Amino acid sequence: MENLLSIITFLPLLGAAILVVFLRGDDAYAQRNAKILALVTTLATFVISAVAIYSEFDPSNTGFQMVENHQWLAGLNYKMGVDGISVLFVMLTTFLMPVVIGACWTVTYRVKEYMVLFLVLETLMIAVFCALDLVLFYVVFEAGLIPMFLIVGIWGGKDRIYASFKFFLYTLLGSVLMLVAMIAMWMEAGTTDIPTLLNHEFSYAPMTVLGFQIMGGLQTLLFLAFFASFAVKMPMWPVHTWLPDAHVQAPTAGSVVLAAILLKMGGYGFLRFSLPMFPVASELLATFVMTLSVIAIIYTSLVAMMQEDMKKLIAYSSVAHMGFVTMGIFTLNQQGVDGAIFQMLSHGFISGALFLGVGVIYDRMHTRDIDAYGGLVIRMPAYALVFMLFTMANVGLPGTSGFIGEFLTLLAAFKANTWIAFGATTGVILSAGYALWLYRRVVFGDLIKESLKSITDMNTRERLMMAPLIIMTILLGVYPALVLDIIGPSVNALLENVTSAQAAAADAVPAAVEATVEAH
Amino acid sequence: MIGTDLNTVLPELILAIYSMAALMFAVYFGKDKRANMIFWLTAIVLVVLAAVIALAPAGAKTAFNGAFIDDAFSRYAKVIMLIASAVITLISKDYLEKNNLLKFEYPILIALATLGMMMMVSAGDLMALYMGLELQSLSLYVVASFRRDSLRSTEAGLKYFVLGALSSGMLLYGASLVYGFAGTTTFTGIASTIETGELGLGMLFGLVFLCVGMAFKVSAAPFHMWTPDVYEGSPTPVTAFFATAPKVAAACLFARVMHDAFTEATGDWTQIIAFLSLLSMFLGAIAAIGQTNIKRLMAFSSIAHMGFALMGLAAGTEAGVQALLIYMAIYVVMNIGTFAFILNMERDGTAITDISALGQYSSVEPARAAALGILMFSLAGIPPLVGFFGKFYVLKAAIDADMAWLAIAGVIASVIGAFYYLRIIYYMYFGDEVEPMNGKMPVVHYVALMTCAAIMLFGVVNLFGIEGYAAVAAEALLK
Repeated sequence: MENLLSIITFLPLLGAAILVVFLRGDDAYAQRNAKILALVTTLATFVISAVAIYSEFDPSNTGFQMVENHQWLAGLNYKMGVDGISVLFVMLTTFLMPVVIGACWTVTYRVKEYMVLFLVLETLMIAVFCALDLVLFYVVFEAGLIPMFLIVGIWGGKDRIYASFKFFLYTLLGSVLMLVAMIAMWMEAGTTDIPTLLNHEFSYAPMTVLGFQIMGGLQTLLFLAFFASFAVKMPMWPVHTWLPDAHVQAPTAGSVVLAAILLKMGGYGFLRFSLPMFPVASELLATFVMTLSVIAIIYTSLVAMMQEDMKKLIAYSSVAHMGFVTMGIFTLNQQGVDGAIFQMLSHGFISGALFLGVGVIYDRMHTRDIDAYGGLVIRMPAYALVFMLFTMANVGLPGTSGFIGEFLTLLAAFKANTWIAFGATTGVILSAGYALWLYRRVVFGDLIKESLKSITDMNTRERLMMAPLIIMTILLGVYPALVLDIIGPSVNALLENVTSAQAAAADAVPAAVEATVEAH
Repeated sequence: MIGTDLNTVLPELILAIYSMAALMFAVYFGKDKRANMIFWLTAIVLVVLAAVIALAPAGAKTAFNGAFIDDAFSRYAKVIMLIASAVITLISKDYLEKNNLLKFEYPILIALATLGMMMMVSAGDLMALYMGLELQSLSLYVVASFRRDSLRSTEAGLKYFVLGALSSGMLLYGASLVYGFAGTTTFTGIASTIETGELGLGMLFGLVFLCVGMAFKVSAAPFHMWTPDVYEGSPTPVTAFFATAPKVAAACLFARVMHDAFTEATGDWTQIIAFLSLLSMFLGAIAAIGQTNIKRLMAFSSIAHMGFALMGLAAGTEAGVQALLIYMAIYVVMNIGTFAFILNMERDGTAITDISALGQYSSVEPARAAALGILMFSLAGIPPLVGFFGKFYVLKAAIDADMAWLAIAGVIASVIGAFYYLRIIYYMYFGDEVEPMNGKMPVVHYVALMTCAAIMLFGVVNLFGIEGYAAVAAEALLK
């Protein structure tokens, strides 16, 4: 099978097209059919991707696999492929989408459009992780804004309009600079093929722009342009402010997709582009990025502690956890990058589950205020247990997947810079603070609120949605090799490339500097 | 000799004879009772001519001692303009009929304007350039005030006329300076005088005035002032026409003059155009934010888009011209689709132009709202819609020509501009419910709207091969 990845990518789009063309009416049956079709499509996508990747993908091979390549316009190519770094993100996406569709089950407003947008979004998200052409990557990366904008804007909460515009314009502004950088890379290297660009050495000779001496030259400029895009997407402090707004206003399913998958595009971008293509600039700016990460971890943890709104609290906690990811990536060592990828995958399950958990009680009480709850354990024991598990996973309790990611990145940070590790570790303590406090206020205490006295426990659908997430969180917590064996060889190869490029640059730069000095 | 010349200008000749014949026929046999027929006939003639030109053998021919050039570049522009004019003629019909404006002069004026545009893009000489430009402009002045009993429309026509005359004057002044210093009006002659030495002060002045005149015609800032008022005041189908074919003609004429006559002075004029481009992109993006009238909004949108198109010209390279041509083709399709929608914005027979009337339109007419939504995202330049690729080509050309600063400014302007396109989507999908618009959409408009939206969506596969045609056309211009 030559075009397995294309099949996986476009299957959801096919489902969306069927919905658009064939589904008529908006009565209860039509709505139910739309949901069932979407669920079947996402499940089929998951099964096909699991089977295809299990049978075709070889983790010991560090190159791109399952590659397909067709001519596209303007000398670009439609090139798809996966390696050890991207393959699990594809799996994460296809794994979570059925859960996301399940979370849409109670929606009754414009169901058909809702399902269509999620299916389109799934296609775009898978394509982001598979794209092996710069411009193709940009196109799908950016196209994802359209469905997400509409999901937040149409099905969101009270301030959805502000949130959706902020989300759209913020991320668009970040991305367009990346587009300019991509075109510049194309001009410089003569190709948009990502595997070729990974081995292209972009110029790092110091250059002067508007009177400023830029160390690392072109590489630094390109790095910063990509950074603008990925840092907003991640999001990193201080450009994270769109995320709490978008999360709070988005419908439950939208929040899950946003936290669990869309944010990972930023981290994936760092690993796919910034690190291997601009190794010298990465080394120059690593401390800067790590410092921002630590600020994000501590600052957003503190902010999370003071939130009154559950979704906002989890959103800030997401920013903090993404801080571990960027920190891990820019330690530039194996544990750090392994840990960062692990943390992204694990955060995909944990944050997804936490947003689903908020959705469960929001569906019943229609409020996200922490103060409106308390003593849920009495009426909702199963819910309390599940929420406990994910709260603990969010804190990073050993035995859950959250621990592995945080531990690996902290270990790597300690090797790279003790103070960074010190700062980040306080973040772990703070995360225990806000997460446990949230749990206490919502689940424990006396059930004194009148309105809560008739609240019901999770129903079968909600239990079914949570089950896969629980399994993955615990499975990865006790047997992390499942992930690390797949990503390890590719990460190792990536870092070897980066280190050798940096070593070559370190030899070359003094010579270049001497040459410039002599020229003056 | 004259035979081959006439053979070269055959499509133009046919259009001219058709226009005059149709005029006489209608005047003698029934006047406005024949209007319906003439609308259809004109559209058919335009489409047939487009087909004839598209299928013409490759290669360049000149006529009348180089005053008229028939090459791949002019053919590309002509095909786009003819098809755009034909579609506009057809979508105008229902609207004019509804507003008691169905007069037989309208399609004939469109045909004459199109003839002028065809002359413009084929001009190889300053005289031919001016003739084509004036034929086009005079026809446009008349259609702008086509609703002659409306204050708004006559005001628009007058404004357009006065400012258009001013710009023609400047263009003529520039042309006479160039003629005075070069001693010839043909583009090749001008090019050869520049080749022999530096661009003298007189020529430089001539160049600047020519640029100003043409910037007026493409409505590039800071010569854009007429655009919002004329767009707003003219009858909507006329606005649709202004926004499409004449813009292509003016942009292509711009490219023709700069690359044919001043090709040796590329370093001089690229600066002027880069400035026009930068200013237009930002002005179009920022000034549109405050607009609530959709026609004015589209006017500023077209200013911003012309800024992007000029970025391709500012690059001063073959890739730049190719980008400009692709951009204009995409721009025309987006505008035709959008105006096919705007033509039907009415409630109980009264036309409305306020965008807040679109509130929750998506629940009333989901298909139309989705089509307009796609067009808006495309106008904003969001991938994977085709509008993005238009921007992509010009950005690439600009960066390739070492104008990364212009590209960076352009993308920032496009983010600002995205806001007001999103606002239309906001009204349609997120907004509060308002009394719905209830205009019955004629089939022609519906087909135009849906086709344009589908082109925006499915063009991502290969842009319908337009890239190759634009490449050939650009190559022909730069030889």
